[in-house]
Amino acid sequence: MDVWFFLIQALNGVQYGLLLFLVASGLTLIFGIMGIINLAHGSFYMLGAYTAYWLALKTGSLLAALVLSLPIAALVGFGIETLLVRALYKRDHLDQVLLTYGLILVFNEAQKLIWGSDVHAVAMPAVLNWSFPLTDNLSYPIYRLVISAVCAVVALGMWWVIAKTRFGMWVRAGASNREMVQALGINVKLLFGLVFAIGAALAGLAGAIAAPVSSVYPGMGDSVLILCFVVVVIGGVGSVKGAFLGAILIGLADTFGRVLVPDFASFSVYAVMAAVLLWKPKGLFA
Amino acid sequence: MDSKPVSRRTILQGAAVAGLAGASGFVPTKFAIGNTAKVKVGIMLPYSGTYAGLGEAITNGMKMAIAEKGGKLGGRDIEYVAVDDESDPAKAPENANKLVTGEKVDFVVGTVHSGVAMGMVKVTKQSGTITIIPNAGANAATGPMCSPNIFRTSFSNWQTTFPLGKVAIEKGYKNVVTMTWKYAAGEEMIGAFEEHFTSRGGRIARQILVPFPNVEFQANLTEIAALKPDAVMCFFAGAGALKFVKDYAAAGLKGIPLIGPGFLTDGVLKGQGEAAEGILTTLHYADNLDTPVNKTFRAAYEKQFGKGADVYAVQGYDAGQLLVQSMAAVKGDTSAQPALIAAMEKAEIKSPRGNFTFSKAHNPIQDIYLREVKNGQEMVLGVAQKGLIDPARGCMAV
Amino acid sequence: MSRLPRPVAIALLALVVLLAAYPLYGAWLFPAKHAFLMQKITGIMILAIMAMSLDLLVGIAGMVSLGHAAFFGLGGYMLAILSPEYEAANIWIVLPAALAIVAAVAAIIGALSIRTTGISFIMITLAFGQMGFYFFNDSRLAGGSDGAYIYVMPAVEIAGISLMNLENKLVFYYLVFGLFIGAYLLLKVLLASPFGRVVQAIGVNESRVKGLGFNPDHYKLVAFVIGATIAGLAGFLGAAQYGFVNPAMLSWHQSGTALVMVILGGMGTIFGPALGAFVLELARMGFEGMTEHWLLPMGLFVIAVVLLLPKGLAGLLLQLGAKPAPEPEDEA
Repeated sequence: MDVWFFLIQALNGVQYGLLLFLVASGLTLIFGIMGIINLAHGSFYMLGAYTAYWLALKTGSLLAALVLSLPIAALVGFGIETLLVRALYKRDHLDQVLLTYGLILVFNEAQKLIWGSDVHAVAMPAVLNWSFPLTDNLSYPIYRLVISAVCAVVALGMWWVIAKTRFGMWVRAGASNREMVQALGINVKLLFGLVFAIGAALAGLAGAIAAPVSSVYPGMGDSVLILCFVVVVIGGVGSVKGAFLGAILIGLADTFGRVLVPDFASFSVYAVMAAVLLWKPKGLFA
Repeated sequence: MDSKPVSRRTILQGAAVAGLAGASGFVPTKFAIGNTAKVKVGIMLPYSGTYAGLGEAITNGMKMAIAEKGGKLGGRDIEYVAVDDESDPAKAPENANKLVTGEKVDFVVGTVHSGVAMGMVKVTKQSGTITIIPNAGANAATGPMCSPNIFRTSFSNWQTTFPLGKVAIEKGYKNVVTMTWKYAAGEEMIGAFEEHFTSRGGRIARQILVPFPNVEFQANLTEIAALKPDAVMCFFAGAGALKFVKDYAAAGLKGIPLIGPGFLTDGVLKGQGEAAEGILTTLHYADNLDTPVNKTFRAAYEKQFGKGADVYAVQGYDAGQLLVQSMAAVKGDTSAQPALIAAMEKAEIKSPRGNFTFSKAHNPIQDIYLREVKNGQEMVLGVAQKGLIDPARGCMAV
Repeated sequence: MSRLPRPVAIALLALVVLLAAYPLYGAWLFPAKHAFLMQKITGIMILAIMAMSLDLLVGIAGMVSLGHAAFFGLGGYMLAILSPEYEAANIWIVLPAALAIVAAVAAIIGALSIRTTGISFIMITLAFGQMGFYFFNDSRLAGGSDGAYIYVMPAVEIAGISLMNLENKLVFYYLVFGLFIGAYLLLKVLLASPFGRVVQAIGVNESRVKGLGFNPDHYKLVAFVIGATIAGLAGFLGAAQYGFVNPAMLSWHQSGTALVMVILGGMGTIFGPALGAFVLELARMGFEGMTEHWLLPMGLFVIAVVLLLPKGLAGLLLQLGAKPAPEPEDEA
């Protein structure tokens, strides 16, 4: 293996990791910070992808579709938090597992009723539909770099909001002690509804932005769900920085796992996860 | 879809009819059942999850074939009982059992997913219920698991890619990378290609297996670029095929020809767009097949369902035809199973893919076409191998 | 765990009697579907055994596992792998061997997993479960992703005399019924023992138990291995029922379904998760029969249960049972 090959694979790994982070970023908020075990996270991802596909058809512009699909996902998320999740905060965490399991079924059927069960492609915007050459016979699609850039911006933005703003402070405080924050005169109910909505919107954004490269198909949410949990847990539950680094680590493990030990590629991601949790049960960067 | 679940009343009626037939023991069964009892056709297909679209196309095709012939089987009305198998192999035996033991269906038509088909076949082989597989290509279903009552109107995985080995040699490819998901269907298709290709002197530069159903291919595309093979032979289907072909082109690898079984482009060609140009595939069907049967079929399907037919609809359509023909031959008498099976074995299906008959192990003996994507259309270059018979390795029961 | 209130105990006993007698009245009640329902109930009892075994971990000892199906699947695969291809395996060898292997694997996974708690425990069991899934999915050991068959059912013989024919659906029904009741009683006896009391205390407050001088890890590990082995038994029966195993038996979906049964039924009650298995599976069957879009009512049903019944079905029963005039219950 020459150096170039190694470097390109590292680029692949980092790029895949950034995409994983984007998909998992919403879960970092909902699961990591608010502590809600949300199995329906993949459903928000699917919702984003399908609304982007549908709006891109209607408007003819992926950018418009992206912008419009965000509030839809946020609204659905807010509605679910207000109507359903809110009733469970004082109950056992496992009740959330049951609730969101039910939501997966509802979302999957709704997707089929609204959009049918075919596989769809989403056209890439023409300006981004080109690649630049890396070696004599390998190029890199520019859209992937754009996704990476968006991921990096989202990561920075999230870190800044959570760690540096008053809103972020409320969220962190509210997650660790609800009553205390309530006593300070902050509307905790609204706060939690908003955070859940933002988490759903981030998952929707990931689905929408990944749609042109990953295509849109029934059950697409289920395929990313477990990986999202892996990313959040490896990095350290509740830490944006942790989820970011965890995502990059998994991206690299998957990429090099496939190239170096192809027979154990699927195995290797989970082996890494188990090893990390044994070494640091709270995650690498908690 | 108009498959209604059985109501309690129909069950009671069915039981009453059966009771009468049993009571009047001296009347030959053929007349006792006559035109009164409905034929029960059990359908076991995915209606949710990734393969839901395939389940829908197969159901449409099958019901269309039967409706074209008057909507009856051997003069008897039909009752469809459908089960959503969710493509979950863990539930497969139970779902098959629901049709076989619970509904006492006369036929089982299913399914898409190979692992589910294996679980299903295990149950129907034991019960002796006549089974028609309209998609799942697991070699074993008409190999070690072959049985007098099990038929397939689709393909064996081996069939779809065996001819491609010869095609690759004729194209002058000597050094080929193969790539697929790491699961049984993929490995069987790659295996048949490698078997033929290496027997004619070809060399496999590397066999790349991607974790199923992962659709992140970048690492392996980089690997291919470094290996610089003469061609890449690969199998993916559905969303995976759509993404792989686009990623392959975006990685600038179009200089290395891409070949594979037809599933690589079927049903997703429009989504793949320009990226699919020039891909060479083999399959037992092509949308653009220039035959009267195919054209009539496609026009009728489009009219009825508002979208184009695909290979899955054809396989369902042929399952329907097989039912119509064989039931006509025994005049609807499902109790005469040996005669019914004999009629199925002798059936010649006038399929949109071209006429086909069944091998000893009940797999279609069919032409495999060589196709190429040109200007966004799947063009048929010719027949890659005529009347290809699956070797049915391990089949001893028939 | 306290003793069950009398009305609840009577209701459960009535259900058990209904189950035990099903083969007698089933044909009369459901003339067309009797044979199928008998096999369906057999399947549900197998899942109920798995759900009860998971309750020992989740509801009693407070170890939420999302990898329990790995042991269920492993039990099934052991039957497939240890059975000779064309002749019957000897159950007195195959069953203990399968359970021993499941227990050994569970001891290793358990010893590693119990070093973590809470969310980390959920996730590490998920990771081990997925490793198990890919182990069978990716290796050619037993048919890979297509799964493998058990062609001949194991023989149950003593000194050459056949005790029961497992191919017979009725015999198999009663075998599973017996093991289902046996698993329940075993778990109850276990919980009433000094060992069980410590495990229950760990579920309530682990640090207090430590403070009393016990080493919680030992108790948790033993509970983990017992739960996993019972799940392995369920998987063994599941594989034997239709003679088919597939990697999907080990998947996180299967683990998740078992967890849903536990929560739906009511954690920590042992009988609740069994009830959960029955209600979830029968609801699925009912909705599937009603509409092609069965996922929708099924999802809404699950959501309704979680919102309306905070402590699951068992919680509802116990609440009703505590009142002077309980409603009669019939779930099965």
